[in-house]
Amino acid sequence: MFQNFNPLNFIQNLDILAVGMLSIFLVIGVVIIVTVLLNKIFKDKK
Amino acid sequence: MEIFQKLSFLIENISLLADWRYIVMWVIGGVLIYLAIKHEMEPTLLLPLGFGTILANIPLSGAIGEHGPLQTLFNAGISNELFPLILFIGIGAMIDFGPLLSNPKLMIFGAAAQFGIFFTFCVASMFFEDFDAASIGIIGAADGPTAIVVSQKLNSNFTGAIMVAAYSYMALVPIIQPPVIKLLTTKKERLIRMPYSPKSVSKLTKILFPIVITVIAGIVAPESVALIGFLMFGNLIRECGVLNSLSDTAQNVLANLITIFLGLTIACQMQAEKFLKLETLLILGLGLFAFIFDTAFGVVFAKFINLFLKKGSKINPMIGAAGISAFPMSGRVVHKMGLEEDPQNFLLMHSIGVNVSGQIASVIAGGLILNFFMK
Repeated sequence: MFQNFNPLNFIQNLDILAVGMLSIFLVIGVVIIVTVLLNKIFKDKK
Repeated sequence: MEIFQKLSFLIENISLLADWRYIVMWVIGGVLIYLAIKHEMEPTLLLPLGFGTILANIPLSGAIGEHGPLQTLFNAGISNELFPLILFIGIGAMIDFGPLLSNPKLMIFGAAAQFGIFFTFCVASMFFEDFDAASIGIIGAADGPTAIVVSQKLNSNFTGAIMVAAYSYMALVPIIQPPVIKLLTTKKERLIRMPYSPKSVSKLTKILFPIVITVIAGIVAPESVALIGFLMFGNLIRECGVLNSLSDTAQNVLANLITIFLGLTIACQMQAEKFLKLETLLILGLGLFAFIFDTAFGVVFAKFINLFLKKGSKINPMIGAAGISAFPMSGRVVHKMGLEEDPQNFLLMHSIGVNVSGQIASVIAGGLILNFFMK
């Protein structure tokens, strides 16, 4: 484990952090839009 | 003399206890049982886990090994991810998405609070191979079943330690989150009131929501479709209105049954020779790190959003911390902290809304991790 310690991996993998967070915000953004649309289309008529 | 010879196996077994690692594992099992009973920390999980740890660490234990019942259960339900997925049906049936559907904007905090997963992955990658680092990062999903599925699918070498960390920290949410939240917020921010004015949500919306989410998540991250699908199937049973008996069974009998098996079975990964390693300590530390950064980023993100909101419509930044999944503990922790600052500040519906969005976001994050690393 510590023999393989490589601090450079942290820097190299920051792009995964960026892509991962961006993807999750995008997916959740789509989910929010869809939910708003569902609420609008199928409004409770009572 | 023959009697003494026949009794010699007793002495042989006792002599195996000279290996201090067994004793350490019994103590760990005892601590888990103590936390479950005395402090009621996730007792449904920690108690079977604690007892299973002792069971798996009796020298020459018949509970483990190729044909041992714990190993058989592991092969039947964990190595193929069946138990966590079935448990998700029960969890889905327990979740009321009502507060979230009535205020969908809250979902954004569920996304923000997944930061700890990816950041911990980056840190863990300095010590471990990428697939192990990704499995360690997913501890930050604060969601046991997702952690199990991801680490199993990625063939991590540290599945046992990851499962233990995921479940233990979920139990410790009331201890981990408050200091982080207090450190990052001012008293004035913690006092922000958020009136709750629920909009009515139609039954049809509640029925369509789990189906639509399954399709969206399945398209984006097909590897996670079973996770989100089983969760949403449980919710569909709850919301459809014609399967109340099944919904009740999923929430209680099914979830309890699987929880018993899950706790005991995870314990078979806690054998002294596998568990008592320096790597385990590091994984436990990284798991804590993931929970702290999930919480911190959720709070900071809520503060960031506040910069753009008018006075009077600001968000109490504490609710950002509830985005770490760990349902419903995290939502309750935030609500309790709000009441401590101001007994008239009821944040529960908002924090639970964020909390269930964290449940969805954590599963999507698990799917993204699988997409990145399953090649």
